[in-house]
Amino acid sequence: MKNQNIDSRPAGPKPWYDPQVRSIFFQIVAISLVFWAGWTLVDNTLSNMESRGISTGFGFLGESAGFGIIMHLIPFDATMSYGRTFFVGLLNTLLVSAMGIVTATIIGFVVGVARLSTNWLVAKLALTYIEVIRNIPLLLQIFFWYFAVLRNLPSPRQTMDVGDWLFLNNRGLYMPEPFAQDGFGLVYGALTVAIIGTVALRRWSRKRQLETGEIFPVFKVGVGLIVGLPVIAYFLAGQPLQWEIPELQGFNFGGGFVIIPELAALWVALSLYTASFIAEIVRSGILSVSKGQTEASKALGLPANLTLRLVVIPQAMRVIIPPLTSQYLNLVKNSSLATAIGYPDLVAVFMGTTLNQTGQAVEVVAITMAVYLTISLLISLFMNIYNRAVAIKER
Amino acid sequence: MKNTKSIAVGAVMLCSVFTASVASAATTLESVKEKGHLQCGVTTGLPGFSQPDDKGNWTGIDVDTCRAVAAAVFGDPKAVQFTPLTAKERFTALQSGEIDMLSRNTTWTLTRDASLGLNFAGVNYYDGQGFLVKKDLGVDEASQLSGATICIQAGTTTELNLADYFRAKGMDFKPLVFDTSEQTVQGFASGRCDVLTSDRSQLAALRSKLAEPDSAKILPETISKEPLGPVVRQGDDQWFNIVKWVLSVQINAEELGVSSSNVDDMLKSDNPNIQRLLGTDGDMGAKLGLPDDFGYAIVKGVGNYGEMYNRNVGPDTPLGLDRGLNALWTEGGIMYAPPVR
Repeated sequence: MKNQNIDSRPAGPKPWYDPQVRSIFFQIVAISLVFWAGWTLVDNTLSNMESRGISTGFGFLGESAGFGIIMHLIPFDATMSYGRTFFVGLLNTLLVSAMGIVTATIIGFVVGVARLSTNWLVAKLALTYIEVIRNIPLLLQIFFWYFAVLRNLPSPRQTMDVGDWLFLNNRGLYMPEPFAQDGFGLVYGALTVAIIGTVALRRWSRKRQLETGEIFPVFKVGVGLIVGLPVIAYFLAGQPLQWEIPELQGFNFGGGFVIIPELAALWVALSLYTASFIAEIVRSGILSVSKGQTEASKALGLPANLTLRLVVIPQAMRVIIPPLTSQYLNLVKNSSLATAIGYPDLVAVFMGTTLNQTGQAVEVVAITMAVYLTISLLISLFMNIYNRAVAIKER
Repeated sequence: MKNTKSIAVGAVMLCSVFTASVASAATTLESVKEKGHLQCGVTTGLPGFSQPDDKGNWTGIDVDTCRAVAAAVFGDPKAVQFTPLTAKERFTALQSGEIDMLSRNTTWTLTRDASLGLNFAGVNYYDGQGFLVKKDLGVDEASQLSGATICIQAGTTTELNLADYFRAKGMDFKPLVFDTSEQTVQGFASGRCDVLTSDRSQLAALRSKLAEPDSAKILPETISKEPLGPVVRQGDDQWFNIVKWVLSVQINAEELGVSSSNVDDMLKSDNPNIQRLLGTDGDMGAKLGLPDDFGYAIVKGVGNYGEMYNRNVGPDTPLGLDRGLNALWTEGGIMYAPPVR
C-alpha cells in the first residue's frame, strides 16, 4: 500500500474526462456515422432495386447504343456503345464550355474596362449591357437566341452566303474545312521555330532591359514572327492546303465545317451572360487598386497604357481571380441547359437518351454528377495555381 | 451531455429515414384505396391520347384507360389524379412509386419489360412509326430522305427505330432531339428540320397542331411496330392483373355488344358471358380483389374499347384515325382479349 503512494504521480483525469480522448472518440463516432449512412444508402438502393427487378451495374456501357447524335467530335454511329455516347456528350460539353470561357473572359474584360472609361457614352453603354444581361434568366436568353434569332434564318435552299464559301441558314453556319496536304509539315515546323524564337527573344530582351534599361518591342516582333514565318513557309511549300467548300446536297449542305444553331445559341448566351458578371468582377478588381499606385506610376513618367498593363492589372488580378473561378464553374454547370434546345451535351445525350434507353438511372446520374464534379474541381485547381502565382508574395 | 443527446437523436432520426424506404410493403391496391384516388402518369399533352381540354379536364384514350381502372377500383371514373410526364421521366416516376400506373403511349419492348422492373399490362393502341414531311420538299417516300435533318422526341423507341431504319437502308441523317413533342413540332414548323418522326397516331395529332396542317403530309411507310399500353411496377401481381383485366373487360365488352348506353339493360341479359362480364353471375371481381360489379362500373363509367377509341381518336375526332389494326379480331383487326371466365 505504501509503495503505491510513492509511485503515484499527480493523477491525470480519467480517460472519459480527458478532453483529448473525448475529442478523438467523438470524431471516430462522427466518421463512422457518416460511413454507415453512406453504406446504408448504397446498400438499400441496390437491394431495393434488385427486389424490384431493375437491372444494376455498369455492364450497359458496353452495349451498342442504337441511336444517332447530331454532333460528335469523335467518330460516332449507332452501332457504337453507350460508353461512347458518354464521351460524345462529354466532349460536346467541354467544347461549348471552353468556347464560352474564352469569349466570356474577353467580352467581360473589355466591358469591365469600358465601364470605367472616362468617355461618358462608352461607360453608359457598358453599364446598360451589364444591367440588362445579368438580370435576365439565362434560360430565357438561350431561348431568345435559339428561337427568336437563329430559327428565323432562311432555309438551306434560300441560304445567305458570303462569296460562295460561307453559308448561313437555319441549319447552321457552314465554313470551308481545310485539309492538310503533303508538305504542310513545313508550316507546323515554321510555327514551332517562331514560338521558340519568341520565347528566347523575350528572355534576351528582359535581361538586356535589366542591364541597360533599353526596351525592345518583343510583342510586335513576336507577333510578326508567329504569323509571318508560317505564312512564308506555306507559300514556299506550294500552298499545301485543300479547302472543302460546303455545297447544297439534297436537304442540307454537305462538306465543310459547320456550327449548328444549337451550339451557336448556347455559346452566345453563355458568353454574354457570364461576361456581364466577369465585367463587374474586373471593375471591382481595378477599383481595388489604390489611386496612389496610378499617380505614382504617372509621376515616374509611364504612359497610360503601360500604367494599366504594368501597375494596375497585375494588382487587380489578385482580386479578380477567385470570383472569376466561380464564374467559370457557373458557366460549365450552366452549359447543361443545352438540353432545353437540343444541343447534344452530356446531360442531353447521356442523362437523356442513354438513361432512358437503358433505364439505369442511378448509375447514369452518378456518373454524370461525378463528371461535373471532376470538371469543376479541375478548373478550381488550375485557377488556384494561377492565383498562387499572382498573389502577393510576402517576404 | 447536451451534445451527445442531440447526436443520439440525430442517429435515431437517420435510422428511421433509412429504414422507412424498405418498409413500404403495402400492395398497390391497398395504397390506392387508402389514398382514395389513382395516381396515373400521362403525357404532357398529346391530342387523342392524353391532353387537358379547355376546362382543364384530361381527355384521351390513355386517360380513359386510367379512368377505367379507377372505375373498377372505386366505381368512380373520376377518382384519378394525373401526373404529366415527359418521355424521359416516365419510367423513373413509375419505378419510384410516384405514380400507380403509367398510361402514356408507351411502346412495349423486351428491354423495358425485362430490365426496368416494370410490367406491360396489355396494348390499348397498336401503332407504328412514320414520317411527317413538308409537302414542298417534294418527297414521296421514306427512301428519299437520305441526308435529312429529323426532329425526334428524346427517350423514345423512335430514336432507336430511326437509326435502325437509316442504317439498314445505308442512308445517313441528322437527328435533332428535343425533350417534349411540343418542341419537336416547333422545330419542324420553323424549318429547323425537314422531317418529324413519331408514332403514326401522333403524327396525325401533331400535324393538326401546325399553323397550316395542309402544308405537311405523312409518308406511306410504317417503319416499326409500336404496341402502346399501360405499364405497372413489377412485383405486385394483383395490381398487374387488375390493370390487365380492366383493359380485357373493355375489349370483351365491345365484342359482346355491351356499351355504356345499353349496359343497364344488359344487366338482365341471360348470355352467361355478359353475366360474368358485368358481375351478375360468378365472383370474377373477388378473384382480382375488386367489387364483383367492376365490369359494370368500367363500361358504365368509361365505355367499351370501341367507344373509348371513337371518342378520342376515331374518324369523327380531329385526329380521324381509322380503326385499322385496332379493330376487333372479329372485324379484321388484331384487338383480341382473353375471355372473362
